[in-house]
Amino acid sequence: MTNNEVPAVRVADLRVVRGTRVVLPGLSFEVPRGQVTGLLGPSGGGKTTLMRALVGVQRVAGGRVEVLGLPAGTRALRNRVGYVTQAPSVYPDLTVTENLRFFARVLRAPLGEVAQVLEQVDLVGHADALAGRLSGGQRSRVSLAVALLGGPELLVLDEPTVGLDPVLRRDLWALFHRLAADGTTVLVSSHVMDEAQRCDRLLLLRDGVLVADDSPARLLAATGADDVESAFLALVDRPATCHRHPGLEHGVPVTTHEGSVPA
Amino acid sequence: MSPRTTLAVAARVLTQLRRDHRTVAMLLVVPCALLALLWWMFDRDEQAFSALGPPLLALFPFVVMFLVTSVTTLRERSSGTLERLLTTPMGKADLLAGYGLAFGLVALVQAVVAVGLSVGLLGLDVRGELWVLTLVAVLNAVLGTALGLLVSAFAETEFQAVQFMPALVIPQVLLCGLFVPRAALPDTLDAVSEVLPLSYAVQAMREVQASAVWTSDLAVDVAVVGGSALLALAIGAATLRRRTA
Repeated sequence: MTNNEVPAVRVADLRVVRGTRVVLPGLSFEVPRGQVTGLLGPSGGGKTTLMRALVGVQRVAGGRVEVLGLPAGTRALRNRVGYVTQAPSVYPDLTVTENLRFFARVLRAPLGEVAQVLEQVDLVGHADALAGRLSGGQRSRVSLAVALLGGPELLVLDEPTVGLDPVLRRDLWALFHRLAADGTTVLVSSHVMDEAQRCDRLLLLRDGVLVADDSPARLLAATGADDVESAFLALVDRPATCHRHPGLEHGVPVTTHEGSVPA
Repeated sequence: MSPRTTLAVAARVLTQLRRDHRTVAMLLVVPCALLALLWWMFDRDEQAFSALGPPLLALFPFVVMFLVTSVTTLRERSSGTLERLLTTPMGKADLLAGYGLAFGLVALVQAVVAVGLSVGLLGLDVRGELWVLTLVAVLNAVLGTALGLLVSAFAETEFQAVQFMPALVIPQVLLCGLFVPRAALPDTLDAVSEVLPLSYAVQAMREVQASAVWTSDLAVDVAVVGGSALLALAIGAATLRRRTA
């Protein structure tokens, strides 16, 4: 196993500015290894920007982003981190298998893994179909299968379950937990709050600021809410949240999780 | 750079192209149809056809590959596959070289067909060796591919990418000596034409046509075209940024 002392992700004072808009004013948090962490919050809150910063394709204005103990985007990380973009990034004019074989070559993963990841995302029956002919949900599973190639230690998944039917969603979340049980760290974003219950840990992001960083159970207990959506609203309405003090999320009562490290 | 990744990219681009029967047909048929049209236009003037044929053999692969590449690359950018590739261990040069290799091979087939038709059927008079004519055509295709890759870095939409064609390609066509001999151009324009790669390609084609042996002029022209293609690929790799706003 890899060094488990180092968290999978360690972000300190991350600041991202796009044009004149400050997307992330100064974000600090950690993601422990071997868990499914949900990155939740409304659209436009900075989830994708944050994920792009973790995989090293986002230009950042300041702060530190460490992934598996190394600066994000470092060459040595590029086959240890799997990334699924929000829109399925596969070639529509290649078959599912051709897509996977191409990315396996680029990632220097054994071609034998192609069959394995196809099974993991339940697409064996569509192996020879053109990706462009598949439904949106199937295509996003091809995109996920690509990210699983090479057995990455960290999976960064940008809304992988959007548009999927409930059965598929359940199966994918089961897959995420199986991967986590095997030691993979899974970071999943979603703007659908009811998916939060399926995570080991939650990061609630709104307007580039973390309003919570805790397990779903503790979050509900601390806010007295019945579901994560209500908890989120309770946090947003609370006047003394960290809005004015980015980076001080851990000072908020709901986030006194033992694992959280003050900046 | 890794040859394995370069080959993987080239194989992928060719597989994608193979699926697109119409584009393949257009790539092979259109240059031939245009050469035949030119031959027909100069029905009673074999000399005129012989003067225009070789420069056009250099021009087609350049223009066609420029368009095909800039659109393909832009598609890769907007579909998110480029972003994903940039998070993998793939070198930026691997991607560009892979594209150059794939479209270079397509250009080879295109050039063989076009040269074969011009010389075999249409009676184009060429003194030099035909493979040199083909080589210059392929180098031009690679140059077009490289420039297409380069401009796709500056285009945000496919519309913009296509607009670079008149902006970057037509001035080269006008100044390459096809319409007005370069010696007859005003000094300033002659100087401009001196730094445009297409001028050398057209010059090389004319030398192959006129001389049965490799002249030093021909060697210089071929080197300039090949060097420009490599330079454009290198600049393309440099402008491809892993981190974007």
